[in-house]
Amino acid sequence: MSFDWEPVVLTLKLASLTTLILLIVGTPIAWWLARTRHWLKQPLAAVVALPLVLPPTVLGFYLLLLLGPSGPVGQFTASLGLGTLPFTFTGLVVASVIYSLPFVVQPLHNAFEGLSERMLEVAATLRASPLDRFFSVAVPLARPGFLTAAVLGFAHTVGEFGVILMIGGNIPGETKVLSVAIYDHVETLEYDQAHLLSGGLLLFAFLVVLCLYLINGRLNREQRR
Amino acid sequence: MLLPNHPAAAGQLLVAVAANFTGASREIAQRFEATSGHRVKISYGSSGKLFSQIENGAPFEVFLAADNLLPQKAINEGLAIDGSRFSYALGTLVLWSSQPTLFADSDTADTYLRQADFQRIAIANPKTAPYGLAAQQVLIHLGLWETLQDRIVRADSIAQTFQFTATGNAKLGFIAQAQIQVWGNKAGSLWLIPESYYRPIDQQAVLLNKGQHNPVARQFLAFLKGPEARAIISTHGYRLPSTYQELNHEL
Repeated sequence: MSFDWEPVVLTLKLASLTTLILLIVGTPIAWWLARTRHWLKQPLAAVVALPLVLPPTVLGFYLLLLLGPSGPVGQFTASLGLGTLPFTFTGLVVASVIYSLPFVVQPLHNAFEGLSERMLEVAATLRASPLDRFFSVAVPLARPGFLTAAVLGFAHTVGEFGVILMIGGNIPGETKVLSVAIYDHVETLEYDQAHLLSGGLLLFAFLVVLCLYLINGRLNREQRR
Repeated sequence: MLLPNHPAAAGQLLVAVAANFTGASREIAQRFEATSGHRVKISYGSSGKLFSQIENGAPFEVFLAADNLLPQKAINEGLAIDGSRFSYALGTLVLWSSQPTLFADSDTADTYLRQADFQRIAIANPKTAPYGLAAQQVLIHLGLWETLQDRIVRADSIAQTFQFTATGNAKLGFIAQAQIQVWGNKAGSLWLIPESYYRPIDQQAVLLNKGQHNPVARQFLAFLKGPEARAIISTHGYRLPSTYQELNHEL
């Protein structure tokens, strides 16, 4: 039996795209959460953290209703001529962005909170604009946070299962990602294929976490110097 | 007849297939791909789950269900093409265990089920899987549905039912006869349940709206009715519908 690469490629595509979007969307959210004293800070932080505690089925259920043909978002996308999002790759990206949001925002939030206020003030006295301060002071200093956020967001999206099962529809080449492919193989007792994919993922997960620890350890040592 | 009109333009088809028909549909799709040059992608699941996905806008073009109710419902709800529905196989429910010599016929199975010398018996979820519904009907027929409640595990589909049973996590389970064949007829205990114990599992196919304008969809359905597919279906442990009431309907 030949090895089916399709789920692997699809998963990598989904995880990369999701991580990219999350870094773009998550950075301003994390920055705001780290700097503000607005009363909305705690409620927003709670909303961001929700996917950590919500069963994926709850998320999948609401997404199915929202994005489906009779849901508000579904009717909107249909009126744009895009069709409805469930059971499409785009739908999975939307779901993954929501599902992996805390894994990107929280490391960034922590990193931004850990920035020394003085550095930013010094930059301000040197007449650096807020945007300039953010990109030339905050971002480089928060490098370990960005790295952790990207790796966790990526890895968590690779491991996503419940939401995808509910809104993905298990379509080869479109929504049949690794975790669903493994589920399929186990159900049909194709243990060879299941072993190959599962073993690969186990190794991948270990390497990801190991790299994260190694790199963060080094960066922390560098910064302490 | 099945040769494509434009061999250069290979088409694609997305089919939703009831889990019990996994093995047979793979073989049929392979044969169809070989003769037509088109590509067939298949998604598997319990019929009920696939149906709710179709209701929610899934892009499936053809639906091979494990009963005749859901294809009809799809037509009633305006999701499938009226007149395209036909029976492609008659399913057979069996009680099976990977352990040998537990039971072999109606008498021994009846005794064994009443002794209840097992912790777990697996059935597919009757709400979403037609084979699970048939299993429920059998247990009700035997008067055991209530008494066995705390030992019944409900699997997500007939595929998972088989997986629970084949791994021994459930000592026995109600599965499709076709599934044992796929697995190579390994030794075990098998009870071919009398057909009078449950409503016939009339597995029907239907052309969905999304496949209406895809010529490959109609070609595939025609292939499914043809002798080559029927031979494959038969070797996978299904009985063939004796007459095609719908055969004269133009697809």
